Amino acid sequence: MTRQTAVPDAAAAPAPGPASAGDERLARTRLLNQLVVRPELGSVLGAVLVFVLFSVVTDRFLTPSGVATWLDDSATLGIMAVAVSLLMIGGEFDLSAGVMTASTSLVTAIFATQLGWNTWAALAASLVFALLVGFLNGWLVMRTGLPSFIITLASFLMLQGLNLGVTRLMTGTVQVSGMRSAAGYASSGFVFASTMDIGGTTIQVSILWWLLVTAVASWVLMRTPFGNWIFAVGGSSASARAVGVPVTRTKILLFMTTATAAWLVGSINILRFTTAQANQGIGLELQFIVAAVVGGCLLTGGFGSAVGAAVGALIFGMARQGIVFARWESDWFQLFLGAMLLAAVLVNNAFRRRAERVRR
Amino acid sequence: MADAILRAEGISKWFGGVAALQDVDFEIAPGEHAALVGDNGAGKSTLVKVLTGAERPDGGRIWFDGQERHFHSPLDARRAGIETVYQTLALADHLDVVANLFLGREKYRVRLGPFSVLNRSAMRAEARKMLESTGVHIPDLRSSVMGMSGGQRQGVAIARAAGMGSQVIVLDEPTAALGVQETARVEEIIRGLKRRGVTMLMVSHNLRQVFDLVDTIWVLRHGQMVGRRDTSEVSPEEIVSMITGADRVTGLEFT
Repeated sequence: MTRQTAVPDAAAAPAPGPASAGDERLARTRLLNQLVVRPELGSVLGAVLVFVLFSVVTDRFLTPSGVATWLDDSATLGIMAVAVSLLMIGGEFDLSAGVMTASTSLVTAIFATQLGWNTWAALAASLVFALLVGFLNGWLVMRTGLPSFIITLASFLMLQGLNLGVTRLMTGTVQVSGMRSAAGYASSGFVFASTMDIGGTTIQVSILWWLLVTAVASWVLMRTPFGNWIFAVGGSSASARAVGVPVTRTKILLFMTTATAAWLVGSINILRFTTAQANQGIGLELQFIVAAVVGGCLLTGGFGSAVGAAVGALIFGMARQGIVFARWESDWFQLFLGAMLLAAVLVNNAFRRRAERVRR
Repeated sequence: MADAILRAEGISKWFGGVAALQDVDFEIAPGEHAALVGDNGAGKSTLVKVLTGAERPDGGRIWFDGQERHFHSPLDARRAGIETVYQTLALADHLDVVANLFLGREKYRVRLGPFSVLNRSAMRAEARKMLESTGVHIPDLRSSVMGMSGGQRQGVAIARAAGMGSQVIVLDEPTAALGVQETARVEEIIRGLKRRGVTMLMVSHNLRQVFDLVDTIWVLRHGQMVGRRDTSEVSPEEIVSMITGADRVTGLEFT
C-alpha cells in the first residue's frame, strides 16, 4: 500500500460489495488512509510550514530571485538525498557520499587542468572513479557482512586523505583551479552548470538535474522490479534472498548509484565554480541522511520515498536561505535543523503507526 | 521407487565433528503429502535444507524429476521446481501482496535488466487467481503484508509457493507461530493443495496436524532416518516412541 500511487490503481481495483450510500464515506476514509501511509507526507507538511513561515517573515523569500536561490541551494543536496534515500530503503548507509562529491570534482579538475585532458574525458574518468568506489563500498559490505556504516566510514576517511594528499602532490596547494581554460569546458559547462533566464530570473540547471533525478528514482522505486528488490533487501535481506532476489547485485548497484549521484554533483560544482577545494564535502553525508529521514526513510531500511527525500532537501534549502533572507544569525540554522529532524521523525513515526493499524 | 518425484539416497551432513545427518534416505511421490518429524536437533531442518539447496550434503545423491541434481542454492532448487516456505515466511514486509507474490520473478511490460517496467495489471490479475486457487482470502491485494495476521501471511507465502508451477512444496513448520483459528485456516489451505495434486513435504512438531494432513510420516532421530510409516497404518503412540527412541527403553530417554 505504501507503494501505490492512488489514481490508476483505485480505478482498476474491483469495487467490492453493492453500491450504497456508505460507499462514498468509505472511499473518503480510504483516500485519507492512503494519504497517511505515504512516507513523504510528513516532509510535505514540514515543507509547507517552512515555506509559509519564511514567506511571512521575509520579503525576498517569495520573489522570483528568492525562489531561484533556495531552489538552487536545495538542488545539489536533493540529488544526493534522493540517491541516499534509495540506498537507505535498501537498508544501507553511505558515509562517503559527502566527501565523494569533492573527490569527483577533484578528479575531473586534476585530469582537465594538470594532465590537459578534454573536460568530457576528465568527466568520464571521474565517473569511472566514482563507479569504482561505489562498487568497492558495496562489494566490501556484501563480502564482509560488516555494517555499511563502518565500511563507508573507512572509505570516507580514506577519500578525505586522498583528496588532500593527491591534490597537494599534484598542485602543491589544497585546491585545483583553472577549469575555465580546459578544452571542452564550454559544452560540458552548458550541460552541468549553465543558467536559464525565465522571466528575468536566473535559474540554475542543477535544479533541472534535481527534478530529473527525483523523477527517475521515484519511477524506478515504484514501477520497476529493481524498486521492489530495493524494498525487499532493505526490509529483510535474508527473506529477499530466499525468494530469489539478487541481493548482492541490488545492494552493490545502490552503492554505485550514490557514487554516481556524487559524481553528478561533483561535476555540477567543478564546472560552476571552476575551482575544487580538497577539503570540501565533509559533513554533507549527514545532511543527505537527514534529508532522507525527514523525507520518510527509516534508518532500518525497507521503507521510504525518493520524492520525500527531495522534499527533505527542499526544506533544508528553504530554511538555510530563509534564515539568510530574514537576517537571522546563521548560527540558528543547526538548531533549526535538529528540531526539524526531530519533528519529522516523530511525525513520520506517528503516521507509520497509524498506517500499520489501517492495514489490518 | 522409480516414480518418486524427489528422492534422496545416503545423505550425510557434518557440522564440524557432529553428524547432523547420517546415511539418510527419503522419497516422495507426485501428489503425495509427507511429513518429517523428530525431536529438536534430530536433523529435520538440515534434511530440508539439503533437499532444497540451502545446504550441500557431504555425501549422498539427490534425484528430482527423474534426474540426478546437485542444487547449489535455494534459487537453484526453486528454478528446478522445489518451492520452500520457510518458518520465517520469507515475505517482504513493506511490499504489497502482489509484489510479494512475484518478488524475484516479476512480470514485465518492457524488459531492460533490473530497470524493466513491471506489468502490474497482469501481476494483479494472476495474483488474484493464485490466491483464489490456494483458498487464501485477502480483502485488499494492495495492502502491505506488514499489517496482516500470521495466517494471512502464511497463506500468501504458500500461495506464492504453489502458484509458480512448482512440483514440490516444502513447508517448514507452517503453523508453528499461529493461533488455533489461523492454524485451522492454514491446514485447510494445505488440504486444498492435496486436492489439486500438489506434492508437499512438511516439517512439523504437531502430531495431530501430521496425522490430519499427510499420507506418510518420516521419522528422524539423532540424524538417522528411523522409519517411514503410512499414516493410515500407524498410531500416534508408535510415532512418538520412534521419535524418542522409547521403544527400546520404555519410558523417557534423556539425550
